[in-house]
Amino acid sequence: MDTQVTKKKLGLKERYKLLTRDLGWETTFHSREEVFPYVHYEGIKIHDWDKWEDPFRLTMDAYWKYQAEKERKFYAIIDAHAQNNGHLNLTDAHYLTAIKIFLQAITPGEYCAHKGFARVGREFGGVGTQVACQMQSLDEVRHAQTQIHAMSNYNKFYQGFHAFSDQRDRIWYTSVARSFFDDALSSGPFEFMIAIGFSFEYVLTNLLFVPFMSGAAYNGDMATVTFGFSAQSDEARHMTLGLECIKFMLEQDPANLPIVQKWIDKWFWRGLRILALVGTMMDYMLPKRVMSWKEAFDIYGIENGGALFNDLARYGVRAPKGWGDAAAAIDHMSHQLMLGLYQWSFGTAFHGWIPSDDEMEWLSAKYPDSFDKYYRPRWEHIKKLAAAGTPFKNYGLAKLCQTCQLPCVFTEPGDPTLICHREIDYKGEKYHFCSDGCKEIFENEPEKYIQAWLPMPQLFQEPLKGDLGAWMNYVSLVDGQDNGDFDGSQDQINFDKWRGMATSNK
Amino acid sequence: MSTVFIALQANEETRAIIEAIVLDNPEAIVKREPAMVKINAPGRLVVNRETIESIVGRSFDLQEMHIHLITLSGNVDETDDSLTLTWNN
Ligand SMILES: [Fe+2]
Ligand SMILES: [Fe+2]
Repeated sequence: MDTQVTKKKLGLKERYKLLTRDLGWETTFHSREEVFPYVHYEGIKIHDWDKWEDPFRLTMDAYWKYQAEKERKFYAIIDAHAQNNGHLNLTDAHYLTAIKIFLQAITPGEYCAHKGFARVGREFGGVGTQVACQMQSLDEVRHAQTQIHAMSNYNKFYQGFHAFSDQRDRIWYTSVARSFFDDALSSGPFEFMIAIGFSFEYVLTNLLFVPFMSGAAYNGDMATVTFGFSAQSDEARHMTLGLECIKFMLEQDPANLPIVQKWIDKWFWRGLRILALVGTMMDYMLPKRVMSWKEAFDIYGIENGGALFNDLARYGVRAPKGWGDAAAAIDHMSHQLMLGLYQWSFGTAFHGWIPSDDEMEWLSAKYPDSFDKYYRPRWEHIKKLAAAGTPFKNYGLAKLCQTCQLPCVFTEPGDPTLICHREIDYKGEKYHFCSDGCKEIFENEPEKYIQAWLPMPQLFQEPLKGDLGAWMNYVSLVDGQDNGDFDGSQDQINFDKWRGMATSNK
Repeated sequence: MSTVFIALQANEETRAIIEAIVLDNPEAIVKREPAMVKINAPGRLVVNRETIESIVGRSFDLQEMHIHLITLSGNVDETDDSLTLTWNN
């Protein structure tokens, strides 16, 4: 550590004031309205921007110092990982599926967050908010870069890492995360803060990163632990920015409450849908598991989210509308989506597999109310079909939800045997939804969501016109290499061979 | 009362910070998970600079914690001397 400091002349509060708030000025050449034109149209009323303060009181000089320290730590470990064949320390190569999904779906989201915070940092009218958003914008581009850099080492040896940016734009399951961020980026500045700063950072990133990074550590993936922790060290600041912004809006004017509440409802539900992917990673893809998705949701969703909404109740905020449906879905979400990913594995840039007996035991223990009753029988059936040489593959295309873009594979709240499906007619077209939550989001802003780019309709449009082979080229998916079963894949064969070479003299 | 928490990377630097938190927050519960340490406390948790300094034997800037933080929960207030997390319920 080179951060040893002698007693400072100025205290934290004074330094924050001088190096942040006092950087602002009153505009004279143009009116404030002309300089900050986007802070009014969403209906949020702000009377005093100076009331917003970063509780960490981080100033730019300290920011650069600590971020540089984080980068040095990060690259020291990434270099060691690459130099020492760190990829052979993984528990098993099918673990890499989780990392591929992360790179294809989540890392591009970091880049979107970077763009979004750069924009809102310019659009907000208060200096404290501007500086904090600017820091977060820099953090997010760092996250995107360090993640791509860390995972590029796996790209030297394994399939499915080579075209993440094409896949982010074009393949189907990544469009879940893509549409979440596109939706946030095309919102006004205050809604963006609720979407990313509050719902994503405060309510959801704990569920995304904390158990996942702990899981990476458990599975010998030094590269991911390193980028994860390096990114996560910024996360406490991001969460705090999100929470402070929401309190700021609520304190500034009571008329802001109904607008804010509507955004909380919307963005909680959108975030929960992204987390369905994370649930499959935690419950199915880590060879050695830290905790189940359900356990993580109990700690970081129910308990921590509950504490947060109790705290905000003094402003009149209630828990998000979909809170109850979410709690009911937790026993089922990861299983239902994983069954989907398995049967559509021809179209995924990662491999599928049937959980082993050992893994199914673990799932029974973690999901006593649902796994044996609803999901084990299906996996057993799938296993029988695979053993008979007639594996269960679905070459039909999934019906996607117009809002969250997940395939409609989830069940009715209260009946795990009945697929939940909602539809509405809008201006002569039919739109499909996976849930009441997603349908309501559409109904509130139909003109936004009818413009959504959906991967399945794309397949039937120019230039693909329904040609599956052409689609694979279009999404940069090499058939028989990136997709299909893990058993017999190059990833499996190479990992076993190289690990054998690394641990013996053969 | 709602639980506040702070999670830190498990490394050499954070050993002293965790020790200080345990000393200053008798109700804190330390959970050691792979590569990280999570500390829960009912309603309030405080990290004091002086306690950390007395353990590491050098001056310590609380903002150094940013390097090792993984996550936290609660309303934050940071001064030169302490970092406090609270829930108002
Ligand atoms: Fe990030
Ligand atoms: Fe949906």
